[in-house]
Amino acid sequence: MTSTLDINGKAVVVKAAPETPLLWVLRDELGLTGTKFGCGMAQCGACTVHVNGDPVRSCVTPIEALAGAKIATIESLGGTHPLQQAWVKHDVPQCGYCQSGQIMSAAALLAAAKSPSDQDIDNAMSGNICRCGAYQRIRAAIKDAAGLTAAPVVAAPAAKPVASNDVDDEIAAASGSTSRGVGQ
Amino acid sequence: MSGPLRKFQGSEGVSRRDLVVGATLVGGALLVGCSPADLMSAGSKVNVGAFGPFIQFDPDGAVTVLSKHIEFGQGSSTGLAAIVAEELDADWTRVKVVSAPANAKLYGNTTLGIQLTGGSSAISNSWEQLRKAGAGARAMFVQAAAAHWNVPAGEITVKDGVVGHASGKSAGFGELLVEAAKVAPPENPTLKDPKTFTLVGTARVQRKDSLAKSTGTARYTQDVQLPDMLVAMVAHAPRFGASVKSFDADAAKKVAGVVDVYQIPTGVAVVADNTYAARMGREALKVEWDEGKAETRSSATIAQQWRDIAAGKGPSDLKWQAFDSKGDASVASGGKGAEVFETAYDFPYLAHATMEPMNCVAIVDGNKVKLIHGSQAQTLDQMNAAKIVKTLPGSVEIETLFAGGSFGRRANFTSDYVAECVTIAQKVGHGRPVKLVWTREDDMRAGYYRPLVHHAVRIRLDKDGYPASWRHRIVTQSIMKDSPMPSKGPEGPAIEGTAGSPYFKATPIVDAQLALPEGGVPVLWWRSVGATHTAFVMEHTIDQLALKAGKDPVEYRRALYAKAGEQGARHLAALNLAVEKAGPTATPGFTRGVAVHESFGSVVAQVAEVKLVDGEPRVGRVVTAIDCGVAVSPDQIAAQMEGGTCYGLSAALYGEITLTDGRVDQSNFDTYRVLRMNEAPVVETYVVPSGNAPSGVGEPGTPVIAPAVANALLALSKTPTGRLPFVRAQG
Repeated sequence: MTSTLDINGKAVVVKAAPETPLLWVLRDELGLTGTKFGCGMAQCGACTVHVNGDPVRSCVTPIEALAGAKIATIESLGGTHPLQQAWVKHDVPQCGYCQSGQIMSAAALLAAAKSPSDQDIDNAMSGNICRCGAYQRIRAAIKDAAGLTAAPVVAAPAAKPVASNDVDDEIAAASGSTSRGVGQ
Repeated sequence: MSGPLRKFQGSEGVSRRDLVVGATLVGGALLVGCSPADLMSAGSKVNVGAFGPFIQFDPDGAVTVLSKHIEFGQGSSTGLAAIVAEELDADWTRVKVVSAPANAKLYGNTTLGIQLTGGSSAISNSWEQLRKAGAGARAMFVQAAAAHWNVPAGEITVKDGVVGHASGKSAGFGELLVEAAKVAPPENPTLKDPKTFTLVGTARVQRKDSLAKSTGTARYTQDVQLPDMLVAMVAHAPRFGASVKSFDADAAKKVAGVVDVYQIPTGVAVVADNTYAARMGREALKVEWDEGKAETRSSATIAQQWRDIAAGKGPSDLKWQAFDSKGDASVASGGKGAEVFETAYDFPYLAHATMEPMNCVAIVDGNKVKLIHGSQAQTLDQMNAAKIVKTLPGSVEIETLFAGGSFGRRANFTSDYVAECVTIAQKVGHGRPVKLVWTREDDMRAGYYRPLVHHAVRIRLDKDGYPASWRHRIVTQSIMKDSPMPSKGPEGPAIEGTAGSPYFKATPIVDAQLALPEGGVPVLWWRSVGATHTAFVMEHTIDQLALKAGKDPVEYRRALYAKAGEQGARHLAALNLAVEKAGPTATPGFTRGVAVHESFGSVVAQVAEVKLVDGEPRVGRVVTAIDCGVAVSPDQIAAQMEGGTCYGLSAALYGEITLTDGRVDQSNFDTYRVLRMNEAPVVETYVVPSGNAPSGVGEPGTPVIAPAVANALLALSKTPTGRLPFVRAQG
């Protein structure tokens, strides 16, 4: 028995049983090992891919649910995506194991919000765990990439009211630049 | 990054000779009288080129540096390459770094004598070695050019991989390669004056692996795919110390893709054509366990036993070991009322919870073994694999890959999951590759946790509110029990950070002792090891003393560091830098806490800003100062301070492994909560200028945040923290 999937713009015939999670089809059958196994229950985000442009955890997504869907993996970004450039520029990765998933979540965010706020970034990225704690650089790189991809500014956006109890915005404001200040 | 640096050192009476004996025994007692490095390298096939074991050149002059240390996030492979490139005067853009083979003689940690990445020592133990390697290779090119151009060697310059002379002659490394390779390597090449460094210490030292790790092309153990490879999963016992009584594999063998099922010492292994089939096969297994020797206590019971022991109500045969004592101990036990301050702390088991669960690829053909994995302790993995297949450790070949984190987990004396994989690969045999995959649940429930720890502290105060005597009791489980090199004195990893504290130095009477009761839960070092608890105890105690004395915590520390003299000097400098950079006022709505701790030769001071959100601490700005000697890669030091702070904060806020009747309650990230993006602090890093040789960076950023947060909460609510984590899922 076979299924046909649309992966990174190509129709791919796979042999795996219909209930097999996409993650294992990508990794074991197709050799697309950029997508990582971390938890197996949609808790860590290491396996994030795009399904019709939305970030999806491939470890809990059976391939039978993907007929006709457009699937994109980290391999589809090609290495020069603005997020990948920003990741390199900021030296985001440490162990690196979560970064494919981080970048795929961030790519979906930027596709939906050209200039994401800190709250937008929190909302989009809190499902992706980084045990090395590269969060600060992930945030900086997303903002940097948003600058790269942003359409030319034609008008200053209206100031958004900020809830005074929004702790994340306060932290961001309090900390000023997220750039990496190193003494000496 | 975590590690056993001090475990192998002379302070515990362990000599290299002890290691030989251990290695000989596990290796099959085949060689007597060899050095440990010889023994553990025997059978290795490593071709060392003209420029030594650490440097290779392509014909076009591009440089490859061989890293003897695993890269699992700490960035040391880049730092090691930078050290070589600096002395070699290579073109940094044409330098790459690869993993060295397993060979303790060529690639042993110069501090430990075996090949192991730990104790935050990758840069520090390689510093001189790689500077000499780079300078030696440079001298060979200079000699070759001088001979070729018939000019004095002293007139030759090297810059960015180009050898030149004032006459206008110049040549790249590639052009001179054949001639340079014929020059005898100098014994003691001249090293640069660090003041003239042009790469080390600059922002140009950017990671060599960032692109591969941003494109999904970096290769981890999980990604290894070989022709004919099988994937194995193992059904493990639900309690530590249990073993297989019987099993029924009929249903498992009917799962499509399952190839075979084996009983092994650690459980029942299912091997299959692919990962999903192995998992489905394992789910279909029926296993009965013999729990006669299993650990059946709950963690709450164990914690109470530790408290009882500290209170002198432990078993009579349990030994107390003094690790720091001066003056009349009876004074430290006496006194009462306002002059006495007493406190106690409980710390839970912690899982490392690396992003990549433990895994390994092994190929066994007769007594030939090849391992392909993220090996943190190549020599230990060689020893344990050799024991299983009855060969020499050095003949076990290892290809070290990137690892998706370790934090200490991937280096242990039993090589637990590596040994499991070798055992299965031996059953499969015929040189057929086997990839052992642990699920998140396997990983989280396999133990090797940071041990459960209890501290009890009793301090008599002098008239000015400073400690006049300090009685300290630590109760925890030994993490060195499985070591082939049993420690002879008090176990360093259990006491480091309390032992050696400048606050002890500043206190006239000290009575500090350690007890190590037995436990059935496998325990291990966890990023920053002893400092994970000792930093908290010492630093949070100090703030409570300052509060009691009505003094500012920063001024109180300064006074104690002054009393400690030289032993407090670096602490004082780091504290002063962090306080200065933090500025006079906290961010509105936040309360500050300060902590300072020395680990792995480096001192870290932090000023953390904290507020409560729905009753949970939320950390904003964290100003960090570190004295780590010469800063090889300033940006990677900052990255380690950011990451180390997150790792320590994650554990302090949420980290806790609990057992109910011996069964681990947590299994995945839904029950073992970890720090996420919306909870992450913003860390600023400042390096204390230093001309000292480099010291640790990977771990020292981890232990300081927890006491800094506790101290902020103390300032905020006047309530001390006697137990971690701050946020608990259950009472």
